Amino acid sequence: MIITKMKSDEEITKMLKPFKKLFVVGCGTCSTSCQTGGEDQVKEMYEKLGDRATGWTMVEEPCDLRITRRDLKDNKDQIAEADAIVVMSCGGGVQTVSDFTKSIVLPANETLFIGQTERIGKFHDMCKACGECILDETGGICPITRCAKGLLNGPCGGQVNGKCEVGDYEEECAWVQIYDRLKEQDRLELFTVFRPPRDNSTKVLTTHYYFR
Amino acid sequence: MNRPAFSNLVKDLHAGKFVLTGELEPEKVTSLEEVLESARAMKPYVVAANVTDNPLAYAYMNSLVPSWKVQEEVGLETVYQMTIRDRNRLAVVSDVLAAQYLGIKNILTLSGDHTVLGDNKGAQSVYDIDSAQFTYLLHKMIDEGVDLAGNEIHGKIEINVGIAANPNADPLMPEVLKVGRKTKLGADFIQTQTMFDIDLIKNFLKEMDKYKTPVLIGIFPLKSYGIADFFDKFIPGVSVPQELLASMKKAKEEPDKEKRKEKYDEVNLEFFGPIIREIKKTTNAAGIHIMAVLYERIFESLLENF
Repeated sequence: MIITKMKSDEEITKMLKPFKKLFVVGCGTCSTSCQTGGEDQVKEMYEKLGDRATGWTMVEEPCDLRITRRDLKDNKDQIAEADAIVVMSCGGGVQTVSDFTKSIVLPANETLFIGQTERIGKFHDMCKACGECILDETGGICPITRCAKGLLNGPCGGQVNGKCEVGDYEEECAWVQIYDRLKEQDRLELFTVFRPPRDNSTKVLTTHYYFR
Repeated sequence: MNRPAFSNLVKDLHAGKFVLTGELEPEKVTSLEEVLESARAMKPYVVAANVTDNPLAYAYMNSLVPSWKVQEEVGLETVYQMTIRDRNRLAVVSDVLAAQYLGIKNILTLSGDHTVLGDNKGAQSVYDIDSAQFTYLLHKMIDEGVDLAGNEIHGKIEINVGIAANPNADPLMPEVLKVGRKTKLGADFIQTQTMFDIDLIKNFLKEMDKYKTPVLIGIFPLKSYGIADFFDKFIPGVSVPQELLASMKKAKEEPDKEKRKEKYDEVNLEFFGPIIREIKKTTNAAGIHIMAVLYERIFESLLENF
């Protein structure tokens, strides 16, 4: 899931200030789960806006252009009346709403990561969408995401008692976790494999992906 | 690694001599006077001096220029430290070519402390390659005359490669396996993070034995209580033993400046003297890397009867 957090009230107020009339769009998928763009949050935003709001709606998946088109088609007049649209989704949703409406869009959320939900309100960064997955070699723990330096060949010298130098030694060192996991799985030979530098050019070229 | 010895440091290591290296730290300055003075002061005691590269992610003077200038002006060989926190693979190639041109004979490959620990916390860390891949890149450049993409280098690179290790690491095995892998990628020597505990030193050396790469054990004589305290709190992977910190704190209470210096020296000699003697006499360490930054006066007494 794409994990988002809401911008602070101050940031949102400042961002919305130049606009007199606003329409609010929520996300029925990830941002609903994150409680950053579900119906409750969208209604709350709508109510806060008072007279400035021209309306609100939920888009089931605002990152999908077809669904955005479908779910916004009944709100054409309210959107036309607004100076801007407050989109309560991830950056993918915000841009899709922008592409479809060509309106000024205002992101209410910060997009954090592709994450694991431990419970609602407790999420963990799990994937940087790097395009070269090596989880088979690293015991199912991603060093690109979970090592602060994204190292591919073991821990750096800043590891203390299995904790990372970034964040006051509160976060786990991903490479110590990988070591422990591979050891448990009796696959430590994978730990010492040399992983050569990545080909970053392939990532640059995967801004779009067409599988047919 | 069967690479020839290009540097005096590696020549000494190949000759089986017990070597000493020092450390120089150019800071946020536009003058090198202090660094050159330190280099002159340590020259009688060390075969080479490392020149730090934005340690703790503090933006200081580029380390290549002082690495060159110390060799030119003082005649002391340097170990040019390079982090890949601040360089992608292009920048590494550029800097190594320039280092060769300037007569640098040693490079120490480092990941580098993360930028969030430094004095420009909002900076983007690079980490295009990691320290193992960096070691591999230097192997390609030095031993095969190409960069990572296979592009030919016009001219020879005659530089020896050092890698870093942290024997304080707990758990130790991930560190040992990582360092071991780097020795196979093309390391001529290992310099360790600063050590305070002879048992940890011995344990690490035992684990590293099979990798057949000379290890220089790092020590960091503490010039003042302030430095000791800072070191303890902020250097990743290092903590100063409490009894040593307490002795330094006690020495700090001496009001007379000269006497205070003497007391600091006494504490250091009492603590590090036995450790360095034991390293030399009872272990297979190849030498000691003495990080007495701006504390060069300690060399003479520390190395007396050594």
